Amino acid sequence: MKYLKYLVLGTLFGIILTKSEVISWFRIQEMFRFQAFHMYGVIGSAIVVGMISIQLIKRNHLKTMSGEPIVIADKKFNHGIWIGGFIFGLGWAITGACPGPLFAQLGSGVGGAAVMILAALAGTWTYSALREKLPY
Amino acid sequence: MLELLQNPWPWYVAGPLIGLTVPALLLVGNKALGISSSLRHVCAACVPAGIPFLTYNWRAEMWNLVFVLGIALGGFLGYQVMGHPEVVGISPETVHDLKTQLHLTDFTGLLPRELFALDNLANWKGWVFMVLGGFLVGFGTRYAGGCTSGHAISGLSNLQWVSLVAVIGFFAGGLVMTWVVYPLLF
Repeated sequence: MKYLKYLVLGTLFGIILTKSEVISWFRIQEMFRFQAFHMYGVIGSAIVVGMISIQLIKRNHLKTMSGEPIVIADKKFNHGIWIGGFIFGLGWAITGACPGPLFAQLGSGVGGAAVMILAALAGTWTYSALREKLPY
Repeated sequence: MLELLQNPWPWYVAGPLIGLTVPALLLVGNKALGISSSLRHVCAACVPAGIPFLTYNWRAEMWNLVFVLGIALGGFLGYQVMGHPEVVGISPETVHDLKTQLHLTDFTGLLPRELFALDNLANWKGWVFMVLGGFLVGFGTRYAGGCTSGHAISGLSNLQWVSLVAVIGFFAGGLVMTWVVYPLLF
């Protein structure tokens, strides 16, 4: 039961991704070709709303539902950030999907999404195995 | 109202709702929005193989796997139950480019069947678009420590400059693939 809230939030998130068509390969191509504002509008307004929300949480010292203080870990820089980011970007333009949309595509009935998720798992596993040998 | 729910949602509806997921997860359980981590948790749960990076208590991250399960459920509800147009309404310029450069003819569905239908695994297209593409997504996101949700949305919302570097990397990769590699492939 303690996971139900995450199932509900995940489901809402999946519905939003699907209804806004950001899980479509065609939309990602349109974005990388700078031919519509849609994707930029979705990502940009999400960031603005997220930013305002986090500021409100921090300034009002809001707590979680169970009364814990909210803490957000800072992200640390290493060279993997841009090297890995670039590699992901290559994959993003091929599959037309980042990890969230892959799961939404699978749910929407796209069979190919299962192949892409398995391949993404293989990629994550390979990274994990090679981690010590990669530049940072 | 029903029609509003059925039609594709404009960016100014979807974007803010996606943004609200960030505070919702924080308020509900002190969780930072991030989806690619789920791939690591699945690897840790299924094939840890003694790899240090995959040897940790993944059960403590179960919420992330449940969230991802929800996303799949949301994909089903949002597409199959709430309805969808036959064709994603991309700009005519994009349709033109994809027809002339990638020789696509079928624009129905969320992704082009000519590249992503399962029987494409019998030729190079399926292997490049589904297998290699998926592999790069899984490898790159973990190497970068996050994807569009963890870096672009969560990270930038929290004013993390590191996430800005990551997002610039995402876009650089996407632009190189679209503008440099695609013309070589087709």
